[in-house]
Amino acid sequence: MEWTQLAERLFGAAHAVTATGDFLEGTVTFDGDPITVVGTTNHAPIGVAMALAQARVVLDTVAQHPQRPILLLIDTQGQQLRRRDELLGINRAMAHLGCCIDLARRRGHRVIGLVFDQALSGGFLTSGLIADACYALPEAEIRVMRIPAMARVTKISEERLTELSKANPVFAPGVENYVAMGGVRELWQGDLRECLRTALRSTPTDDQRAHDGAQRGGRLLAELVARRVLDA
Amino acid sequence: MTAISFAECSARERVASLVDVDSFTEWLPPAMRVMSPHLAQLGVPSAFDDGVVIGQGRLDQRLVFVAAQEGAFMGGGVGEVHGAKLVGLLQRALRDRPAAVLLLAESGGVRLHEANAGLIAVSEVMRAVLDVRAAGIPVIALIGGANGCFGGMGIVARCCDYVVMSDIARLSMSGPEVIEASNGVEEFDSRDRGLVWRTTGGKHRFLTGDCDAIVDDDARAFRAAAIAALHGSQPVTLESLEREHTLLTQRLHDAPAGADAIELWSAIGVVDAARVPDLDADAVRALRPVPAAATPAV
Repeated sequence: MEWTQLAERLFGAAHAVTATGDFLEGTVTFDGDPITVVGTTNHAPIGVAMALAQARVVLDTVAQHPQRPILLLIDTQGQQLRRRDELLGINRAMAHLGCCIDLARRRGHRVIGLVFDQALSGGFLTSGLIADACYALPEAEIRVMRIPAMARVTKISEERLTELSKANPVFAPGVENYVAMGGVRELWQGDLRECLRTALRSTPTDDQRAHDGAQRGGRLLAELVARRVLDA
Repeated sequence: MTAISFAECSARERVASLVDVDSFTEWLPPAMRVMSPHLAQLGVPSAFDDGVVIGQGRLDQRLVFVAAQEGAFMGGGVGEVHGAKLVGLLQRALRDRPAAVLLLAESGGVRLHEANAGLIAVSEVMRAVLDVRAAGIPVIALIGGANGCFGGMGIVARCCDYVVMSDIARLSMSGPEVIEASNGVEEFDSRDRGLVWRTTGGKHRFLTGDCDAIVDDDARAFRAAAIAALHGSQPVTLESLEREHTLLTQRLHDAPAGADAIELWSAIGVVDAARVPDLDADAVRALRPVPAAATPAV
């Protein structure tokens, strides 16, 4: 879905979300209360500048609007693959964005991630995956790599990987697989306003993803192994 | 005594050389065979510890929790079990309150054989690290493995309170081979070792403040740095993040377009920046400019 269409369905035609290049930002009113919206579109690569732009919005919200919810709109191809970004410490800038979101959560802001188009690798780690919880539209795509690329890296045939992925969500891309593994809390379908309303009301503030992955059968060991360490 | 190369040590050797003699107890050791079910499904060789050693020990007689990634197994890549061991260690730190958690990071990031689970696992590690920090327990990243610390683990390292690197270690996001494959050899020549180390290596990271301490590639130097870092707790606050934001924004604006590391070092005030690649860790330590973040706000 185009971000404009998404914003209209969530916040009406008069929404105040704007795009500057690939960068999305705005303050919207939802059920009478303000929400900070920040994110990216056009499958944006996340480099140092884009990480800082998003961090700025989060910090301003924390500083000026205590407890105001933050909605992260996610559409990214992953981290920017440029030497300059590596030189400038892209991992530090992305960690900074992650720490800003984490601070917002700890100070009582509800932080909701929504993958509306595409979420890949590093670009997802410091957005939806560090929110209170992440949601996705059914047509969105979430992955680290596609099956052909994974076949090249692992030297295992595409046919075999495709076959294995039918029973094991760990091997193949797809939002349903991320739901099964607990990485995505739910898909948003139908009335998106109602989905957001429910998310703002009922999203947990602690990390329940390993538990969800075990309950849903998509990631059976994450919770179990962590508990075994506690009991060792 | 001759130096013991930290880069050449296995994960277990690193742990043993880091903590007080014979003080380490491993949790879920190889004998328990807590392994990746996914690698087995793919028919790929597995490791009895899934490539990470976790446990508790004493550092200068203080109780510390330790995790060490094994770069020789799948490049230290984070899979479901590997990540869960790290998360479990951090959760246990919240419960048992050791003096610090030491993370001996050596990883290419997410393990591509089980990438979806690995990606979620890395994010769970990030959140768990920040939980431990928020509890006032320092999480100290020690980066000295030959494979460096990349991908999601490069982000995790920067979520820690304190980062120690050797001069030959590397810390970054995408490997130079990945960038070259995507954007060409003109963008990043992965075979130019000098360029790779100037861009991602310990000296660069120290001079720019991306790591807090630089040491020689010597296990005893890492131990001494870890002891010094036991009081390195740096709480994450709105003020600390504003300082970080100012520093990173300033650096982005100051770096000349297309800059090599040497130009960047000069731009941030390193004297005789061109000679840095030839210097040892001690000499580089003396060259670090006062970071902007340390200057009092006006």
